[in-house]
Amino acid sequence: MAEKILMKGNEAIAYGAIRCGADGYFGYPITPQSEVMETLMEEKPWETTGMVVLQAESETSSINMVYGGACTGKKVMTSSSSLGISLMAEGLSYLAGAELPCVIVNVMRGGPGLGTIQPSQADYFQAVKGGGHGDYKMIVLAPASAQDMYDFVGLGFDLAFKYRTPAMILSDGVIGQMMEKVELGEQKPRRTDAEIAEQCPWAVVGKPADRKRNVITSLALESPVQEAHNIKLQAKYKEIEEKEVLYSTYRTEDAEHLFVAYGSIARICETAVDIARENGYKVGLLRPITLYPYPTKQIQELLPQLKSVMAVEMSAGQMVEDVRLAVEGKVPVNFHGRMGGMIPSPDEIYEAFVKSINK
Amino acid sequence: MDIKDIIKPENKVYAKTPVLTDNILHYCPGCTHGTVHKIIAEVIEEMGIQDKTIGISPVGCSVFAYNYIDIDWEQAAHGRAPALATATKRLNPSKYVFTYQGDGDLASIGTAEVMHACNRGENIVIIFINNAIYGMTGGQMAPTTLLGQVTATTPYGRDAKLNGFPMKITELLAQLEGTCYVTRQSAQNPAAVRKTKKAIRKAFENSMMGKGTSFVEVVGTCNSGWKLSPVKANKWMEENMFPFYPLGDMKDR
Repeated sequence: MAEKILMKGNEAIAYGAIRCGADGYFGYPITPQSEVMETLMEEKPWETTGMVVLQAESETSSINMVYGGACTGKKVMTSSSSLGISLMAEGLSYLAGAELPCVIVNVMRGGPGLGTIQPSQADYFQAVKGGGHGDYKMIVLAPASAQDMYDFVGLGFDLAFKYRTPAMILSDGVIGQMMEKVELGEQKPRRTDAEIAEQCPWAVVGKPADRKRNVITSLALESPVQEAHNIKLQAKYKEIEEKEVLYSTYRTEDAEHLFVAYGSIARICETAVDIARENGYKVGLLRPITLYPYPTKQIQELLPQLKSVMAVEMSAGQMVEDVRLAVEGKVPVNFHGRMGGMIPSPDEIYEAFVKSINK
Repeated sequence: MDIKDIIKPENKVYAKTPVLTDNILHYCPGCTHGTVHKIIAEVIEEMGIQDKTIGISPVGCSVFAYNYIDIDWEQAAHGRAPALATATKRLNPSKYVFTYQGDGDLASIGTAEVMHACNRGENIVIIFINNAIYGMTGGQMAPTTLLGQVTATTPYGRDAKLNGFPMKITELLAQLEGTCYVTRQSAQNPAAVRKTKKAIRKAFENSMMGKGTSFVEVVGTCNSGWKLSPVKANKWMEENMFPFYPLGDMKDR
């Protein structure tokens, strides 16, 4: 029988990392995600799977440790929260530019600045639209449960290695801190050095006599070379957009109104959908699981049956811009958001919905 | 005697190490980087570790070190090489891992990374080229620029009140428990080259003994930045740099 354990979302990240065969975790303490590294240190995976765990001197250093580890073809990751991710922005851009696979977890808290340690979804733009400099994208996964936190570490690595690009798990303080039952999978072995050399011929592992040296760099001073690299990256992102969209729906079959929400808010919106249905409104929910690539087509496919769409977020309205791009003005797009660590209740969302369609 | 009679294998007294590529160096004539690159390549060849060595290049003139030493390389963001080296070595303990960094990269923007890598006693080699100036960006003040030294951003000479003092980062790192070998060398003549080569070889050997971090500073010249001929730059270095940055081992255990 599968192991089911009650744990926090943050702890699930740690167990997900160990069980999927991650090689290294490098992090720096920050609320509300410190349990990730605490759990790893308590579990001591270096004694079992051989996984390296290290507390860095800053987020700047931890993301660059990730860069160094990823250069060698290892499965490496870090986690942080909002302002810590801002500090990592340079490294994220380098990782994307150098086409390095890795997993970054952001357990979002309210900002701007030092902000609050309470949950937020105000880093959507940072995660999905860039955050660092230059034309790049990261695959962005949005967990809505502790189980998702566990599962998405392995999924994140699979996608990151498939496309040689960083993958971010964009979570929030609710998912990180709440305790739920998590079903643990089998322990997967870490890849051997021979497997890495075979599967990652680009990896920096020491140059044998029979191949050219491997150099991991994001530098191309000659403009035609840099543009060719940019074109290659954009082609990769296009392929990701075509193949890797993940989403789920709730009661959308006959829906006339659609909520769009991700992460913890998607969970709350399910209850709001039920309340609306009890009051005679045919409402459904679309939950993007990948925020990049965004389920644009999936929203568009529902449009013929819809009278309105409402995005709900713990932000001033960030993802709603991608909803508007998908809807292209065909039906009204409304928005309900809370900020500063405030979490909307199902009743509040329902009332905002009723108000939005009667304005 | 015909030249063909002279160029024979039995008359060979010197050959370029095969660990150096045939790429044409982009460094200015007289620059110390080329000399230190050759020293590192020779050490790698002599130790027979070309397939086990991972280099980490910085941001600055020596960002392109990967074009010249024929090993696997990682190119780091400005100042972050010791963080890359930390993870690279911990995840690949059987590899020789070294960073190659200039004074702006290591002693200014990368101060935190080098301090903490050394303090943790990472089993890596850090090679620090100190020429007291930013070369690649066009000769601005570095943390190691001497008082009174004229640079693009200290056009009237470095003034302690305005610009602070030159930083002896190598002395600082020698104080940390995590370092096992800290030395300052130079490469302006054959005797200095031999000493530097010995130091770099020792540093590479240390990195497999679990003793901690080995740190080799090489005081060098930037004749373009200093606006001196190569010969005059060497003289200026000996007269001005060496009194403030004295050569020799600071720590060896």
